[in-house]
This record gives sequence, C-alpha cells and structure tokens, in this order.
Amino acid sequence: MSEMINEKATAGPPTSAVEAASVEVPSYMPRQTLGQLLRGDLGFLPVLLTLVLIAIYFQITSGGFFLVPGNLSNLVNQIATIAMDSLAVTLVLLLGEIDLSVASVGTLGAVVMGILSARLGYPAWAAITIAIVAGALVGFINGLFIAILRIPSFIVTLAALIGYEGLLLYLLNGQATLIINDPAINGIAGSSSSFLPWYLGIGLPTLAVVLYIGGILLDQVNRRRAGLRTKPFWQLIAQIVAVVVVVEGAVTLFENYHGVPNSTAILFLFILLFWLILTKTGFGRHIYAVGGNAEAARRAGINVVAIRITAFTLCSTLAVVGGILAASRETAVASQIEPTLLLQAIGAAVIGGISLFGGRGSVWSIILGALIIGSLVNGLALLNGTQAAAEMLEGAVLLLAVTVDAVVRRAQARSGR
Amino acid sequence: MADNFTSPVAEMQQPYTGEPRLRLKGINKSFGAVRALTDVDFEVYAGEVVGLVGDNGAGKSTLIKAISGVGPPDSGEIFLEGQPVKITGPQVSTHLGIETVYQDLALCDNLDVVANLFLGREERSPIRSLSEIHMEQRTLQVLRSLDVKIPSVRTPVMSLSGGQRQSIAVAKSLLRNAKVVLLDEPTAALGVAQTRQVLHMIRRLRDQGLAVVVISHNLADVFEVVDRVIVLRLGKRVATFDVKSITPERVVSAITGAEFGALMEANGNDTAGGTE
Repeated sequence: MSEMINEKATAGPPTSAVEAASVEVPSYMPRQTLGQLLRGDLGFLPVLLTLVLIAIYFQITSGGFFLVPGNLSNLVNQIATIAMDSLAVTLVLLLGEIDLSVASVGTLGAVVMGILSARLGYPAWAAITIAIVAGALVGFINGLFIAILRIPSFIVTLAALIGYEGLLLYLLNGQATLIINDPAINGIAGSSSSFLPWYLGIGLPTLAVVLYIGGILLDQVNRRRAGLRTKPFWQLIAQIVAVVVVVEGAVTLFENYHGVPNSTAILFLFILLFWLILTKTGFGRHIYAVGGNAEAARRAGINVVAIRITAFTLCSTLAVVGGILAASRETAVASQIEPTLLLQAIGAAVIGGISLFGGRGSVWSIILGALIIGSLVNGLALLNGTQAAAEMLEGAVLLLAVTVDAVVRRAQARSGR
Repeated sequence: MADNFTSPVAEMQQPYTGEPRLRLKGINKSFGAVRALTDVDFEVYAGEVVGLVGDNGAGKSTLIKAISGVGPPDSGEIFLEGQPVKITGPQVSTHLGIETVYQDLALCDNLDVVANLFLGREERSPIRSLSEIHMEQRTLQVLRSLDVKIPSVRTPVMSLSGGQRQSIAVAKSLLRNAKVVLLDEPTAALGVAQTRQVLHMIRRLRDQGLAVVVISHNLADVFEVVDRVIVLRLGKRVATFDVKSITPERVVSAITGAEFGALMEANGNDTAGGTE
C-alpha cells in the first residue's frame, strides 16, 4: 500500500518504459512456489515426465524394442487419428463444452469418402472434399442445437454419436468392411510410400523452426523497442534450444527409418495452424474468452453463439480428417467404430492439460497426451499385453489427468481473489 | 488515511453550474403494481463523483439499469451533455460513452490483463493477427493513468487481488473513452487496503474529467470519495447533500426516513400510502 500512496502522479514522459515501470511492480508478484510454476508455464513438465517414465519402463521390459526408430515411427502413425480427433475435441473443450461424436463423425466421413471413391468411382480429391464438407455440415447442425437452442453439448453430441453410427450402417448397407482401392487415398497413410521425401521431411520442420525462432526474436526486438518488458536472455535461449533439439531430434529419428510419415506431417500442419489461430487471432482469443467467462464475453460484444457454432463445425471437420487418416492407414472403412477412439481422443487432450472446464490449455500439449496414450497401447502390445491391460491403464491415466485438472482448478480458485 | 488522499481537486469547491454531463428528468419505472422509481431526477457533472445511496429496494439498481440500458425506464427524459438521448439497450449506452462496472466485474479469469482490457475490441495488424505490442502499450498507459499496480500485465486476471480486478474492470471502460462511469458497489467484499486502492482510483477517474457515479452501501467509503450524495428512498429522490457540509448521520436518517419523513409529508402527499 505504501508504494501506491507515495507514488505521485508525476507527469513524466509518456513512454512505455516509464509506464511499465510504474504499473508493473514485480514485488507485487508473490514468490512463485514450485506448485504455482507447475500450474503455470511449466504445466507440461509432469506430463513430459510421465511420458519419459513410460518410455523407460517399456524400453527395459521389452528388451530394447520400444525406443527404436521403426517402432517410434509406427507409434506416431498409430496416434495420428487419436491426436487429430483430440485436436478436434480441444476446440470445444476450450469453450467448456464437449463433443462425444468425434469418433462417430470421423468414421461417417471416412464412409462417405469410401463410398464415393470405391462404389461411385469419384476421384480422391472429390471424395475427400465431399467427406470434409459433410463433416462441417454435421458439426454445424450440432452447433445450432448447442449454441442457439442451448441444449447441453453432452446430450446433443451423444445423440449425434448414436445417430451418425446408424447413418453410416445405413450407408454401408450391411457391408462390414469397405475396401478402398484408390492409390491416392491409400497413399496418405496406408502404404510404404506414405512418407515425405527426405528433403521435405527435413526441410519443412526446419523451415518451421527457423520461422518460429525468427518470430520470437523479432517479437523480442519489437518489445524492447516499444519499451515493454522482455524475457530474460537465458530464457529466450533455453526456449530456442529446446525447440531445435525436440524438432531436429524427432526428424533425425524419422529419417533413420523411412522418413517422416505423411500422417504425422498432416497432423503437425493442423496443430501448427490451430496454434496460430488460437493464440494469434481475435477468433482464438474469443474462444478462450467464452471458455473462461461466457457472460463476460457476451457483454464485451463477442458473438458467443457464432463462436460456439464455428467451434463445433471445426471440431467435426477435423474429426473427419482424422477419420480419413484412419481409413487410409487401414485401406478400408469398417462399419464398426473404433470403440476406444473417443475416450482416447478426449483423454489425450485432458492428459495434455486442456481443461474440461474450458479456457485453459495449449494445442501443443495434445501431442504429449496422445504420445502417452499411444505409448501405453504400443508398449503393452510389444509386451504381448492384452487389450484389457491397456484399457485399464488408459482408464487410470485418464482419471489421474482429470483429477489433476480439477484439483489445479480448485487451487487456482483459492489462490485467486 | 484521509490526509494522504487530500488532493487539490478534493478541496476545490466546485459550484457545478451549467449543463451536467448526464441528466435524467422525471424517470418512472414500474414492475407490475410496484412503482420502483417515481419521478426521479438525477444529474452528474464532469469531474464529479456522485454517491447514489439508499436502503435495499430504494431503487438504486433500477435507476442504474435505466442509465445503462439494461432496464429502460417507462417514462422520463435522459440528456447526455445537454442532448436528449434514448437509451434502449446496453449497446446504446456503451455507444454513448456510458460504462457500467457491475459487481461481478465481467472479467475472463483465464485471460491476462491485456486480453481482458481489449476483449471484444482487439487491435489487429494488417494481416489480421492481434497487435499484442500496441495493446500492451495502451494497457500500460491506461493503468498508469489510474495509478494501478499489478505484478505484470501478462498475468491472468485470476491471480490478481479483488481491488486490482476492480481496477481492471474500470480500466476497461476507460479504454472505450467513457464519458460517464457507473460503479456498482465497487468496494463490496474488499479488504481495507484494497478498498483504499479502489477509492484512490475513483479519484483518478474524476481527475481525468469523467462523471462518476458510485452506488454504495458503505457510507464511510462514500464520504471519503464522493462530492455529492443523492439519496433514494422508496423510489424517490429524497435528498441531495454536499458531503463537505453534512455528517454521515444526516445521510443515514435520510436513507431510513427518520427525519425526512415528516418533511416530505409537509411537502404534500403527492403519492399516497405507497411511499410512506
């Protein structure tokens, strides 16, 4: 208090540096405990640690078969659909809503594509485009019920889950498995050639890293020039080094096998795109705002209804992309929807730190969550473990993640105010 | 405490002549058979803090809703800087430069201070991405003008204290170039230090030439910060005081009607029964 009263309203030069110094008082920041750090910037560390422990465990118990390029390449190919559906559901989780229909809608999209391609002979691009548009339409209808009629998303998407499952059975007309022969569709993720050529596999990630580093350095320079607070130099360096090591490490690993899988490239493209949308645009900011406090967002003039409808539309659209990746990998679509896919997708998002209560989490964390779930499935398969064991473990990990989310939220509510 | 705060402006005896920044004339509002406001006049001048006080059910909230557009009045006239205006909804009042800070503050706890200040009116670069640097600069300017202290403008609002959150909510209205700011119970549920922080900020608002209306139950706060007190009782404006010339006891008796009941009857029983 005393600082505040002593601080006279000196009519100093209105530069930001002076303003920053008089408004942002570091001493007002309570000393951050480890717990607070873990709830804030370093929130991903426990998840990362879990992943490392799981990897080490399987590496030892499988006799060194887990952490080899071939298996890891296989693993990321397996999680492409989980992670894509996870990205899809993240968009609505950020609003504090849920979409239970992602797996069902994704499979429906794959069935639409399969029928157009295999039965009606459409070219691959047309089949894929129509499937994606169908997904967008489905999501839009979900969004109408949820945003305008204010029906809880849990119920609307549960109805969608059941309804579209029925629709795809009807479309397949009793056929249990529809084989896809189109080489372009199968080439996405299902064949031995579905890897990026080495120059793209190395070039694209490296380009992304260079752009990212350029971006944060430019931001740092601009902030300094504007007289705003900048990150300490060591933090900047640590950030750059971490990104370079992770990305180039992963690329090296892939290139030691067949290269970067197409499905992984597509997944990262979408995650990158939605990271940019969510953090750098007004639309993304509004999604977080609606998830944080919908009433405040409405009073601030944000069109909450439009945001909700858009999020559900994008969610189902991405789910269809996930479904197409799965169909391409299997080179077939089955009438049977992968029973664990829905919970794995939501689980990956929540394990990665996307709050079920809305407004919190980063899309990058989905990768960690999906890797944890994928590792459990993959590792237990290496150990000749059963589906039963894998599902029980997944259930436990998911419960743990949701519990952590709820406890963190409560702790924040306490330390706030 | 008080001597710390005596600024030249507080001492200045303003005559408040001329056109008020905001003037309401003959406002009536009924909810069914209940007359919530009867022929209420209200005025606030630029560079003035008016305290709007009254017991529960006196019509304070109804009057504020009439101004903020949430509950337009049944009849009556509203003038902003002398021009007659029709406030038919919250958007209209915001457009006119009348900002209301409700008790619940309407902040997104998960977003940082900058994001909250610019919520719904983000500044964008030519490629449609957010201009974070410019928004952060503007945030610092506005918070400095209110003499607000926070750890960082990039902290989520959730981790700020109640007084700081109140300041952020007020700063939000300043960013929209408000002419009139209505504060609904700004010090309710705040600790002593935080209350002082908010009262200090209200003075800064006045010093910037805004017309400020403070609704409060807390007479101590009212007396510390406002220039005039307008008392509502049972839907009528029963008294107006210059805070320098009266005691809190007189205001209390006006609120409860202990003293002015007789006076009003002497003025004539215009509306029978219902008000007394």
